[in-house]
Amino acid sequence: MGLFDKLKKKLSNVVEAVSFERLSDGLAKTRTSLVSKLKTVLFAGRKIDATLLREIEEILITSDIGVTTSEKIISRLRDRVKRDGIESADQVINVLQEEIVALIGTSPSAHNDSIFAVDAENGPHVIMVIGVNGVGKTTTIGKLAHNYKKSGKSVVIGAADTFRAAANEQLEVWAKRADVGIIQQKQGADPAAVAYDTLKSAVAKKTDVVIIDTAGRLHNKQGLMQELEKIGRVMKKIKPEAPNDIYLVLDATTGQNALQQAKEFTKVAPITGLVLTKLDGTAKGGSVIAIVDSLNMPVRYVGVGEQIDDLQVFDPEAFVAAMFEERVTVSEEETK
Amino acid sequence: MFENLSDKLESALKRLKGQNKISEENVSEALEEVRQALLDADVNLNVAKQFVESVREKSLGIEVKANVLPGQLMIKLIHDELVLLMGSKKADLIIAPQAPTVIMVAGLQGSGKTTFCAKLAYMLKKKGKQPLLVACDIYRPAAIDQLRTLAESISLPVFSKADAKPLEIATEALVYARKFGRDIVIVDTAGRLTIDEEMMKEVADIKAAIKPNEILFVCDAMTGQDAVNTAQAFNDLLELTGVVLTKLDGDTRGGAALSIKHVTGKPIKFVGTGEKMDALEPFYPERIASRILGMGDIVTLVEKAQSQIDEKEAARLEEKLKKNQFTFADFLDQMKLIKKMGSLRDLLGMIPGMDKALKGVQIDDKAFSKVEAMVLSMTLEERNSPKLLNGSRRKRIAAGSGSSIQDVNRLIKQFEDMQKMMKNMSKGKMANMFGGGMPQLPTGFRN
Repeated sequence: MGLFDKLKKKLSNVVEAVSFERLSDGLAKTRTSLVSKLKTVLFAGRKIDATLLREIEEILITSDIGVTTSEKIISRLRDRVKRDGIESADQVINVLQEEIVALIGTSPSAHNDSIFAVDAENGPHVIMVIGVNGVGKTTTIGKLAHNYKKSGKSVVIGAADTFRAAANEQLEVWAKRADVGIIQQKQGADPAAVAYDTLKSAVAKKTDVVIIDTAGRLHNKQGLMQELEKIGRVMKKIKPEAPNDIYLVLDATTGQNALQQAKEFTKVAPITGLVLTKLDGTAKGGSVIAIVDSLNMPVRYVGVGEQIDDLQVFDPEAFVAAMFEERVTVSEEETK
Repeated sequence: MFENLSDKLESALKRLKGQNKISEENVSEALEEVRQALLDADVNLNVAKQFVESVREKSLGIEVKANVLPGQLMIKLIHDELVLLMGSKKADLIIAPQAPTVIMVAGLQGSGKTTFCAKLAYMLKKKGKQPLLVACDIYRPAAIDQLRTLAESISLPVFSKADAKPLEIATEALVYARKFGRDIVIVDTAGRLTIDEEMMKEVADIKAAIKPNEILFVCDAMTGQDAVNTAQAFNDLLELTGVVLTKLDGDTRGGAALSIKHVTGKPIKFVGTGEKMDALEPFYPERIASRILGMGDIVTLVEKAQSQIDEKEAARLEEKLKKNQFTFADFLDQMKLIKKMGSLRDLLGMIPGMDKALKGVQIDDKAFSKVEAMVLSMTLEERNSPKLLNGSRRKRIAAGSGSSIQDVNRLIKQFEDMQKMMKNMSKGKMANMFGGGMPQLPTGFRN
């Protein structure tokens, strides 16, 4: 059995747990509102003109896709309509879906197959998790640890959020749930020291994966951003490649500020992947499309609930499909 | 905060600069950009559309006076419309005629409810109230610990109960508050999604049982288009009495702030502006509108100063200034005061015109530390009579504070300049001091 097959086998355990259905459930609200809203303007026989395109653009904007990316999608749509000679509005939905997939399908997120791959020769694989306050970093780390553990890896979490009240206790609960180790110090300790200790212990114990939690910080606070840089720098003393991954956690309910967050964080901690949380809410998650489009950063995971197995590997096509998928049950707006 | 929105609005209005008349055409172009700026700032689509329409109507109906340029007039119109949108007047916290006042706090996960509860309790404590915090978030790991740790830092009690449902905890907390004379009860609830029927029922049941005087919805200022839907859903269920915006110290364009009042009809009562316990401010629509348009917020700045400066101390200082006896010791006190008022960048941003002038400039609050270290390396005698500072003393101060002798020289020079300036000031030459360099308000705002 080749290495790739082994990997696949291990992965399938994880992927099984994170079925497409879950994502669809999470996106149910997005889907009903996006598709049903589109349907109210895209009915058979309606002519495709500037007014209609404007209406579609507005619907995209209400899904947090943002003005710039929405305009881009509309301009691609306009070209397609011309090229393919589409005349009736009801044919537009499919074209729209294709264009959105085309827009984000070529992004680095399209290649998430080997996401749990860890170079056994050069361990541990260090992941640092960063983001603004309240996006769900700690919860994501709990779920991430669980995923790695399930795929057969040993994991240790470093509790480098030494600032927020009771952050330690919260992470401890998650470590217990995921059944992984945790290294922590007192509240107020130097976060870089916690990260250093965690990595050191992982090297000694030959742990496969190290996940470092960091305190939430707003991206315009210079001092706190420098602290992040320092955490990375200190870990390099033990392992020059560390951190191998830096995941920025974004809240799906956040609007266009998410772009700003990604831009600012990557300046001090080069982001290797995004995690989009709270997709089980009513938020449309459209900001992902804007981010993928304008920043070309890979989205690695999406969070769709508060349970430990509610973190899924991001698949752009499935994501857009879920956004556009029609519901079997008739949505509320249609029954009215 | 709001930096990006004000930038964009400004560039939209540049189109009108130099134009002498408001015509339907030039207004339309500028307003299209205003609309886009609002959408980019996450203002709800419908709200943005109505906003632009309303400004358009008003602008066309107005006769342009000779001395007012269209751009300035538009800024005034937009300013007024923003104020209208955000609720015109400051809305106060409702205090029950008979204690205890019960305040319930609800919102989505991660919006900042627990931190807000503690900050509000602290604010009320400083006003002489005796708040009790109630921990009803039994779901999120360590949420109760978080509230306890925060409460401890402000020396306030927390009511919690192991193995009890939130409804039970809240009800018993009221009994406890009456028994022990706590006049404010702040109930922190778990974060919940509006589509989670079970959890929404739970919070509705708590409300029915404790009959809160205030029901505050906590909203992350960075929220996108969904903010109004969420606020509306909470409002439909709970009949909110107000909204709290958190994380306004980020670079969010705060579109949610502009939309929620309009959609729910409920006023924004507080804004959270930092992680420290005193980083909570009442919401003043007028001042926020000014900040959005880059016009500064001098009123808040003065209030911040007032809250930190002791009247007697100020009088003593004035006396010293008049007699030209300002020393390094006083200088040290002043620095400490300013530090207490908040981040230097935020403070400067409140001065009209400064926000724009400082765009992209990073102001390091640590710059103070260096100066502080130098002053602290002086003996008390030196601090009180700076004239003593000769070469060898300067050398010692440099070594003691880890700075160079040039740094020390510069500080002393600056200090002497400051003394001179103060001497002038006390003689009433204030106007000269600024050399007419103060940024001026747009004509439309001069009375």
